[in-house]
Amino acid sequence: MTRRQRRLILIGGSLGVLAFAVGLVLNALSGSIVFFNSPTDVAEKHLAPGTRIRLGGLVKMGSVQRGGDLRIRFVVTDGKSDLPVRYQGIVPDLFREGQGVVAEGKIEPDGLVADTVLAKHDERYMPREVVDALKKAGRWKESDSGFAGEKMK
Amino acid sequence: MIPELGHYALVLALALGLIQSVVPVIGACVRDGALMRLASTTAIAQFAFVALSFAALTTCYVTSDFSVATVYENSHSMMPLIYKFTSVWGNHEGSMLLWVLILSVFGAGVALFGGNLPETLKANVLAVQSWIASAFYLFILLTSNPFLRLTPAPFEGRDLNPLLQDPGLAIHPPLLYLGYVGFSIAFSFAIAALIEGRIDAAWARWVRPWTLAAWMFLTLGIAMGSYWAYYTLGWGGFWFWDPVENASLMPWLAGTALLHSAVVMEKRDALKVWTILLAILAFSLSLIGTFLVRSGVLTSVHSFANDPRRGVFILAILVLFIGGALTLFAWRAPMLKQGGLFAPISREGALVFNNLFLTTACLTVFVGTLYPLALEALTGAKISVGGPFFNLTFGPLVIALMFAMPFGPLLAWKRGDILGVTQRLMTAFGAGLAAIAIAFLIAGRQSVLAPFGVGLAFFVMAGAITDLVERIGLFRSPLAIVRQRAAGLPRSTWGTAIAHFGLAVSMLGIVCAGTWGTERIVALKPGQTVSLSGYELSFDGLHQTRGPNYIAQVARFSVRGGGVAIGTMEPSRRTFASRQTTTNEAALMIRGPNQLYLSLGDVNDDGSIAIRLYYKPMVMLIWLGAVIMMLGGALSLSDRRLRVGAPRPGKKSAAKPALQAAE
Repeated sequence: MTRRQRRLILIGGSLGVLAFAVGLVLNALSGSIVFFNSPTDVAEKHLAPGTRIRLGGLVKMGSVQRGGDLRIRFVVTDGKSDLPVRYQGIVPDLFREGQGVVAEGKIEPDGLVADTVLAKHDERYMPREVVDALKKAGRWKESDSGFAGEKMK
Repeated sequence: MIPELGHYALVLALALGLIQSVVPVIGACVRDGALMRLASTTAIAQFAFVALSFAALTTCYVTSDFSVATVYENSHSMMPLIYKFTSVWGNHEGSMLLWVLILSVFGAGVALFGGNLPETLKANVLAVQSWIASAFYLFILLTSNPFLRLTPAPFEGRDLNPLLQDPGLAIHPPLLYLGYVGFSIAFSFAIAALIEGRIDAAWARWVRPWTLAAWMFLTLGIAMGSYWAYYTLGWGGFWFWDPVENASLMPWLAGTALLHSAVVMEKRDALKVWTILLAILAFSLSLIGTFLVRSGVLTSVHSFANDPRRGVFILAILVLFIGGALTLFAWRAPMLKQGGLFAPISREGALVFNNLFLTTACLTVFVGTLYPLALEALTGAKISVGGPFFNLTFGPLVIALMFAMPFGPLLAWKRGDILGVTQRLMTAFGAGLAAIAIAFLIAGRQSVLAPFGVGLAFFVMAGAITDLVERIGLFRSPLAIVRQRAAGLPRSTWGTAIAHFGLAVSMLGIVCAGTWGTERIVALKPGQTVSLSGYELSFDGLHQTRGPNYIAQVARFSVRGGGVAIGTMEPSRRTFASRQTTTNEAALMIRGPNQLYLSLGDVNDDGSIAIRLYYKPMVMLIWLGAVIMMLGGALSLSDRRLRVGAPRPGKKSAAKPALQAAE
């Protein structure tokens, strides 16, 4: 086998694998990615029922209702629009009214049916998506970012 | 006084770094031995000064000197000593100092153990190493100084993020950095080779031990991080395809490919250009990982603070090093001499196959990690790419790779006999098929794919054993000869088989725990019982305990398995007053390779408590497999022919088949 033939086989094989991988990536990108939305986005976009989204915003004050079997209902707000969320399971430790939250699940006519609920990690940090959603709705105050230490040069 | 000392030591390290960046290169150009030898001295001195700086910062943390800003922000006088110590790197500034400390350790390592490297190569390698080090010293000094003072000094610190108050913090970051930063040596060697325009099989022999060492640390570091996330996050997942995790997986994939291609280069003098490229890519991906984690582009428990200047600075380092290296590569690589010929079906061919699939898999992870960032930057749309994406892309590539894995070591160099190898793998095929049948019998049709995953794992394990059995002639030759052959087999051959075996063990764990794990999420009142997969847990009650800097609410459960009491589990929730934060401490009960996993949710108004209970079959194998892989690497590293700093040109063609394999 000549060097030329060998190189052709190598290049052909590499392109084959690469094409296979590109196919896989495109296939996966069309089917398994989830878009992030704020309640206002949901209200404006008229998403079809069954669409998977990630919803970010604040848990509206006074909206959390707990039922039996770890069922929970709450409303996510970005100040402009609200969206009710249903969830069954354990919410994160830092899930509280008035705090940032990200919920992932399917849009139904009566709101979001979530299968994942995430809250922020610690008191210093709020999910960036939530911050952006709040900024967009004009509800963000810089002082909300929490930490501001006095540093000296 | 001590913080200033540490700061000053770091400035001195930078000064030395700048000297080492320039002088040895000039020395190598004009062949001046004295100028070249300077690099070794400055590399060791750099290490000494960075170590001094690190020791100074550690002293500030251990003595709770809150006049230092980072200590105030990340420590607390009531914290146990171990966390005072580990919180040194539990923040952005300190972790960058650890980064450069490890970088200087590797630099000093080359200076000390690279005694028989060609003089010019050693000088250039140390110079390139020092370019990286100087860039990061500057980064620390200009944007992330860990020694900044506060006036007036606060009385008490703000405490370390409770999620990080865990023994995992003592092990995970240092291991991961040893891996990340260890690839810098391969990078420096690659750049030095491109500068000199000369590269040969001996080069691969010098680079491989360093790469192997870095790879071992990275393997263990990733596994450790995965276990830590598993038991602290409280939802029983061991891998989330989080960008931060992917940032560590990508260098691992590229590094694994590099290890394999360096074998081809060392044994057959082929794939030179490709190996150089991989060496550049492995460290570039480490830098990208550092950028993703440290710049604040991503939000995770790893991103400690958002300062846009830092992101821009790391991005500049990234562009400079990756861009510069690739430009140099494009310019110089065509000048490197071509290597030996080989047929597509051969050991070299198999290793090329390995490289192709590993780098493609790495590419899919890269796309999945960076596409959302790019899309957001370009269009503003926010998407999340999670498990399903990677299962559909990374999964098939890894399956193909795993299937080909047992064939590689059995193929001969230059021209292999695929039919002969298939025949020799018949036992392994048998083992795989039997495993599939047994998996279907036990688990039924619950999942169709998983039994094939189990079969594949057993095929790879049996294939690794077949490789050893074939080489030592077990079942064919008298025992005395077998023993002799086993003793004569290079340790790197044992290492290969063991590492491949370990990967299959991990895969078995991932398939089993991912498919046949069971879970229950319920609310329980004291006295009530919940059962799962043959285990019964009864909730005895709640009590409070006090830790050094937290109050814990502990729930006590008695566990019965098969009707017999087998122990208690005590998951808890810790409330840290200093940050008003709660952490979840899951209780784990190890039953052979399986685990029961119990974590607590909220206490409800009616006195019941929400719990998450998981049964994770074979989950321990995931991390056990990583440890086995690491041991395989260690065995390979201890191979006499690979000992750091003692490379000898290999004999051409005279080697017997049994001695040839050193993958």
